[in-house]
Amino acid sequence: MNSTAHYQPLLERFEAASFTVMMGEIPMIAAHADHLYRMVEHLRDEMGYAMLLDITAVDNLGFSHPGSSRFEVIYLFRHADFKRTMGLKVKVGNIDVGLPTISDLYGSADWLEREVYDQYGVPFAGHPTLKRILNHLEFVGHPLRKDYEITQGQYCTQTQDMMDEMKPLLDARGLEMERDNLMILNLGPSHPASHGTIRTLAALDGEKIVAGASEIGYLHRGFEKSCENHTYNQIIPYTDRLNYCSALMNNIAFAKTVEEMMGLTLPDRGIFIRVILAELSRVIDHLVCLAAGLLDMGGQTNYWYLFNPRNDAYDFLSKLTGARLTNSYMRIGGMTHDLYEGWERDLENVLKKVDKGIAESLQMIEHNRIFQDRLLNVSPVSAAEAIDHGFTGPNLRASGVPYDLRFASPHYYYDTFDFDMVVGSVGDTYDRLMVRFEEMLQSMRIIRQAAKNIPGGPINVPHHAVTMPPKKAVYTTIEGAMNQFKLVYEGVKVPRGEHYGAFEAANGELGFYIVSDGSGTPYKVKVRAPSFLHMAAYPKIIEGYQVGDAILTLGSLNIIAGEMDR
Amino acid sequence: MDLSNSHLLDDAVVCTKVDAVINWGRQSSLWPFVFGTACCAIEFMATAASRYDISRFGAEVLRFSPRHADLLVVAGTVSYKQAPILKQIYDQMPEPKWVVAVGACASTGGFYDNYTTLQGIDEIVPVDVYVAGCPPRPEGILDAVVQIQKQLWREPTLKLRDHSGFKGKLDE
Repeated sequence: MNSTAHYQPLLERFEAASFTVMMGEIPMIAAHADHLYRMVEHLRDEMGYAMLLDITAVDNLGFSHPGSSRFEVIYLFRHADFKRTMGLKVKVGNIDVGLPTISDLYGSADWLEREVYDQYGVPFAGHPTLKRILNHLEFVGHPLRKDYEITQGQYCTQTQDMMDEMKPLLDARGLEMERDNLMILNLGPSHPASHGTIRTLAALDGEKIVAGASEIGYLHRGFEKSCENHTYNQIIPYTDRLNYCSALMNNIAFAKTVEEMMGLTLPDRGIFIRVILAELSRVIDHLVCLAAGLLDMGGQTNYWYLFNPRNDAYDFLSKLTGARLTNSYMRIGGMTHDLYEGWERDLENVLKKVDKGIAESLQMIEHNRIFQDRLLNVSPVSAAEAIDHGFTGPNLRASGVPYDLRFASPHYYYDTFDFDMVVGSVGDTYDRLMVRFEEMLQSMRIIRQAAKNIPGGPINVPHHAVTMPPKKAVYTTIEGAMNQFKLVYEGVKVPRGEHYGAFEAANGELGFYIVSDGSGTPYKVKVRAPSFLHMAAYPKIIEGYQVGDAILTLGSLNIIAGEMDR
Repeated sequence: MDLSNSHLLDDAVVCTKVDAVINWGRQSSLWPFVFGTACCAIEFMATAASRYDISRFGAEVLRFSPRHADLLVVAGTVSYKQAPILKQIYDQMPEPKWVVAVGACASTGGFYDNYTTLQGIDEIVPVDVYVAGCPPRPEGILDAVVQIQKQLWREPTLKLRDHSGFKGKLDE
């Protein structure tokens, strides 16, 4: 699929380009900055790479040699068949000049380029609004540069009024504040419907939104910088707090990516446990999204009905992992311990309660006139727009695009389970919510099959350089003590190289682009966070709808700030 | 007035102090403003939902305008970018007001000892109760409400609470 032949025309057309392969068979083409724009255009129009997955940079200060450039910018693309992934790597020759923007080719590039500018200081020539996105405007320096000290905090004293972003939007629409009687409404960041940390500025004509701009970064917690200062297993607790509504799933996505880099495959029992917990996390995540979304529209009873089974699921997870939300149950090469005696009964009880909660909630809303009138045809996103914005997960499927990593690149035996992909039709707020309802039922089908067929045997990779030795061996044998010491002190060693691994998380494709220098600590980690790109599209898709609609649209996109701001 | 019947009031009159009466009322009608930013806010949602039910402690009237609230519940990580907003909200709340720092991040920055995270909200606003945990269980948040209720009994009601000893990093 990813053979060199596929890329031969591209390589011939752009001479300076060279072809390499990342770990996990993903092709990576090194391109020259002068050719970047035309190459990306070629990739999109001639070769069918319809989706820009991510843009990030690597600071080579640590291991660069004289003559080579310090910064490289990495672009990741996904083919329209949703099977092929490819990367493009461009060296930044002159940091003051930077690279040309591709934000007019892909909608998702807008915020991604801003992030690279903010974190690494690489400018993108021609970008419409190149300003900081995660860090505050008074921030000096670029935190992900290797020479920026991790603990170097900077106090922020002011908030920005964002009219510098709003003004061009109004100008482009031929609108004027005074003449057209517009009003500016600020929502957030501390607003009950803005999920705590999202700020949206809306220009209103009456109740109608004529232009919107969003500001994020209020929950930026420096995940990626922290990764560069911790061993691989120490990063697991940080991944919990990306999408904290489905922490286990982030654990699994990260551990799976690192295991792919090391060429490790889990024993079957370990894989089945991961599938069960990943799908349970998907159910919990959707329950929170729907409970909060329906609460936003005044359906408070749904909140009780959907939140209570979630508490039952947390009782199960507490018993299994010792924590409700932030479980940190996975490790590189497996997980901390096996399932407990009698877990099947507890899990089945949880599923029964979730079933009941969903049924009760659906009974109230499915044929409810108010529910339908408020959601149908509100902020629809067409399939083409969704792909252009880089949507993934339920939000993309709601738009009618049948793409799910569990089907597109089967892993963890997902191809052997009997379940359906849930696809919407028009991608409005109604579809986005209803897809989640149905997905929970499908996830429970998977859980029941996996729980029934789970094999016995070990759960962890039997490799002393990866997983901890049994406690008895640590205390009684010199090998055990040494292995334990090395693993704690140095961490799991990952071979030198780069890799992009992805997992179908509750909100969409949760990807990790990891660069390893061969040590126990990653050289660089970039999270491809689905919520980040969903949020980037939000101010565009609420345009033309009312303020009340915008609140429900935000709820239906299920923006999780921890994952968006990282 | 027929004073001959005044003995009927003997059992119906209670003598007490103004402070005790007002604090008795305040104790069971704390109105929280939830400054929820991250994982802890999700646990606060659970605290408000029916299983843990914060209304058992009279604190279920969640106000989303700081001007209506007297209990600021900071649930989640506060970044340097968020700090001026937290301060603005605290300043907008009328006296008397109390502040709860929910979880490791709000208390100390937690394990986010880095360039973007405020190392505890007590750098910005005075805190009355700290709740341990990452995130704390809902019972922990309920316990904080009870702690505030206990503290509140010691407050003189006709005087403003004294915060003069506190100087935040963003105070002029």
